[in-house]
Amino acid sequence: MEALFAIAIGALTFTGVYLMLRLRSFPMILGLTFISYAVNLFLFISGRLRSGAAPIVGTTDTPADPLPQALVLTAIVISFGMTAVIVMMSLGARFEGGDDRVDGGSDGPGNRPETTQ
Amino acid sequence: MSPALIAALPFLGALLPAIAAQAGRSAAALAAGAVTLAALAGLLAHAPAVLAGGTVTAHLDWVPSLGLAASFRLDGLSLMFAGLILGIGALIILYARFYLAEDEDVGRFLSTLLMFQGAMTGVVLTDNILMLLVFWELTSLSSFLLIGWWQDRPEGRQGARMALAVTGGGGLAMIAGMMILGQIAGTYEISDIIARGAEIKASPLYLPALVLILIGAFTKSAQFPFHFWLPHAMAAPTPVSAYLHSATMVKAGLYLMARLWPALAGTPEWTAIVATAGLVTMLVGAKIAFFKDDLKALLAFSTVSHLGLITFLLGLGTKAAATAAMLHILAHASFKAALFMVAGIVDHAAHTRDIRRLGGLARAMPVTFALAAVAALSMAGIPPLNGFLSKEAMLTEAAASGLLVAALATIGAMFSVAYSLRFLAHTFLGKPRKALAHPPHDPGPGLWAAPAVLVGIVIASGLLPMATFGPFVDAAAGAVTGGPVHAHLALWHGLEPPALWLSLAAVGGGLMVLGGWPRLRALWDAAPRPEAKAMFDATLSGLVSLARMVTDALHGGGLPRALAITTAALLAGGAWAFLTGSHSPGTRAMLPLEAAPMVVWAVLMAATLAVAALHRNRLLALLLTGIVGLLLAAAFAWASAPDLALTQIAVEVVAILLMLLALNFLPRQTPVESSRLRRARDLGLAALAGLGTGALAFALMTREAAFAPISAFHWAQSKPGAGGTNAVNTIIVDFRGYDTYGEIIVLGIAALVIFALAETLLASRRATARLAALDTGGNAGDPHPVMTAIGLRFLLPMALMVGVYLFLRGHNLPGGGFVAGLVFAIALLLQYLASGYVWSSRRRRFDSHALIGAGVLVATATGAGAWVFGLPFLTSGYTYVKLPGIEKFELATAALFDLGVFFCVLGAVLLAIATLSRLAQHTPDRERRGG
Repeated sequence: MEALFAIAIGALTFTGVYLMLRLRSFPMILGLTFISYAVNLFLFISGRLRSGAAPIVGTTDTPADPLPQALVLTAIVISFGMTAVIVMMSLGARFEGGDDRVDGGSDGPGNRPETTQ
Repeated sequence: MSPALIAALPFLGALLPAIAAQAGRSAAALAAGAVTLAALAGLLAHAPAVLAGGTVTAHLDWVPSLGLAASFRLDGLSLMFAGLILGIGALIILYARFYLAEDEDVGRFLSTLLMFQGAMTGVVLTDNILMLLVFWELTSLSSFLLIGWWQDRPEGRQGARMALAVTGGGGLAMIAGMMILGQIAGTYEISDIIARGAEIKASPLYLPALVLILIGAFTKSAQFPFHFWLPHAMAAPTPVSAYLHSATMVKAGLYLMARLWPALAGTPEWTAIVATAGLVTMLVGAKIAFFKDDLKALLAFSTVSHLGLITFLLGLGTKAAATAAMLHILAHASFKAALFMVAGIVDHAAHTRDIRRLGGLARAMPVTFALAAVAALSMAGIPPLNGFLSKEAMLTEAAASGLLVAALATIGAMFSVAYSLRFLAHTFLGKPRKALAHPPHDPGPGLWAAPAVLVGIVIASGLLPMATFGPFVDAAAGAVTGGPVHAHLALWHGLEPPALWLSLAAVGGGLMVLGGWPRLRALWDAAPRPEAKAMFDATLSGLVSLARMVTDALHGGGLPRALAITTAALLAGGAWAFLTGSHSPGTRAMLPLEAAPMVVWAVLMAATLAVAALHRNRLLALLLTGIVGLLLAAAFAWASAPDLALTQIAVEVVAILLMLLALNFLPRQTPVESSRLRRARDLGLAALAGLGTGALAFALMTREAAFAPISAFHWAQSKPGAGGTNAVNTIIVDFRGYDTYGEIIVLGIAALVIFALAETLLASRRATARLAALDTGGNAGDPHPVMTAIGLRFLLPMALMVGVYLFLRGHNLPGGGFVAGLVFAIALLLQYLASGYVWSSRRRRFDSHALIGAGVLVATATGAGAWVFGLPFLTSGYTYVKLPGIEKFELATAALFDLGVFFCVLGAVLLAIATLSRLAQHTPDRERRGG
């Protein structure tokens, strides 16, 4: 099972990084979401994997590590707050600047789309 | 008075002049003077003990494990410097009161001056090199403000910038040097460092530390080749020049060399660098000073020369030379500050400082002339003034160091005589060169009182050196050299000492040089000279364009490139660490594969990779993202984290809702813009990042933790300590309550930021015009179907009940404030979805802002409640309550804290999403959204 989790973390990171490197704001926001998934899962597994041992006193004697869980719980909520701010910023850029590019270019007349760097 | 208070007093008092300035210049000066004199009195109260060889210390630990401590130490050296800083400071305040014009902001000037004074006092009183560095930088910053006081003058701004660049740059080098020194000595306390001199000098890191620290000292004390900034700093008002650039700040470098003398001096490297730099500076400064026509420029270069002299003495590394250095620091401060003040008086009276336009002022300004004469003759080293004493001591040491050194030192002294006499003769003697616009006359006593006090000291210490400077020099030199010193200061040592003959030679030579003035001047004008300012400006603009080039290459305004470079750098760092380290496979036993999780995994992988492949269709990508998030919740549930699963589901719903709303305002498709090559590069980077993270996660999971996790404590104490069986919840609301407290505040701030951004956006005409022209297209025929609306209205109370249930059981079973807040938010947002923004807003009786505030307040009040019982913030308590009709239940203050979390989360989520919905009210199809 450990391998499955590791592969999943890798795949989530892959999609997250790839989307973060796109030129428009929406894919970037999705990329950020995926990176949050990957990071939260990574933090979570730092407590090592254990199934059927929720850290509730009285239900088990060998519980899963509750500390990473507590950290990740708040991290999930904070990730949401961060995503919401980024979303609002990208909307601001969209309506103030006129387009949803994040690469410093512009969709205005006479501007070519960015090519290879 | 504690040494810490002496250093703090000028900082605390810096507010007073600014306030007192409302009542006029005199009130401001009185306030500043009172602060300075109070600090001086506190200092002098310790003088008897310190002069007798004692030290006064004050120590306050801050982060002991990092060596951070606020420790102060007053010994002979500190006493002498602090006395100079505060004593001359008081005189400067008096002088500045009469020097600055009525329309200038005297309050601000004196406040800045006091801040500088505090920083300087801190430098000489602190016993911790890290604190010394902080004070050191503060002197650079406050002197920047003072040099550039006349902001409307370009030379003032340029001079200030140059001084900051040079001394600040040197300060950076010094930080590195001090860190190395601290590492070698294993302590950051100066008194401990200087006790380990032998250890430090034997270390292989001694030379780098020495060079870096000396760069800091040399830049501050204007030593060759960093001497060029000091003359440009003369654009400052004269009180600043007299204070910073003759008596105090430029001596900070000397102080540092003297302070670290036991730790660093005495090696061949020290002597080679310090003595050579000092001697060269002394000669170069003296020669240039002789040819300068601006009174202040002449004094500036002569200061450079005298600082070189003192550096040279410290560089020799002998006890006698260090004693002579202390003597000259005192002598120079007294006569040079007086000379600067005289230059300011001349400037005021004649409206020029150009020596070529001055002359014959002695008759019109007899008082000023008398003051200038004594001070200048002392600078020239004429008996019976204090300058003679220290110059003779210097020549004695030079004579002991060989013929060449003695000859060079004598030439330096000769030029010193020449420029001192030129200053005096060409300004005050002879016939008036040119009819001046206003006939010059002596100023009122307010302006000449301060230099007169200094001149009095010059004479007294020349005639009675043992009774005046003697004890201070002994104590300071004793502190520097680490042994008792009894300097024999006298005007007459008999005919044998070579210094007497060298002195006579210097005076004779100086007179001859001055006699040959016109011819030498012609030679000087004909010779090519390097222009320091041009070189400095060229270097600076070169650095700026280099920095701009690097910045543009790394992040020229585009996010993707900056992120790609960051990712590549992280990958390179990780690869380097992996390839240079050793590794073996993990030994921790893995869990066996299970069928159901494997299915979830397969779907999650497919959806994740599909998002990367199909991201151009934004709606599809968003839906797939939602699927990934929900599957993640399943993974959490499988891996014994029901709390996380609940939170993940709730957050996922809210987040997808948010992004759906955002998508309403953005194009539905992402166009193909990047080239194939670029996409291949990005895919490569992403693949490597994924590979690295996955491998790291795998390595982590197949090994045991290096240390036993601290959560064993949380687990054991969850029930007895916090009164809850759900360890995750007790950690959140109790053990790590402070973290949670911070997090809900951050969340609240994030929501408020979103609100503020939207307000700004809606206030912009351009943005609202674009919003109004937005083609949202493709709306459903009926935005609010009756079935959905009615169905969801029925669902509302049930959803709220689930929220309440999750909240109440949170302490013992999966649930809690975070999840409950999210569930409430979803229940309410569903009403927006079903019945429209307008309909729902009208029926909402509470304000999201108030909810956030209430949440933080409830959490704060709960935390502060512990104080009532004399416990630390956020200590929780609980008890069991038995009410008739229901079984015994537990009441914990942690539940109240959780209520704060609940309110804050609910308010933040509602505010974030409602703000986005509000934007939609400005789009063309808003009519259909109303309810």
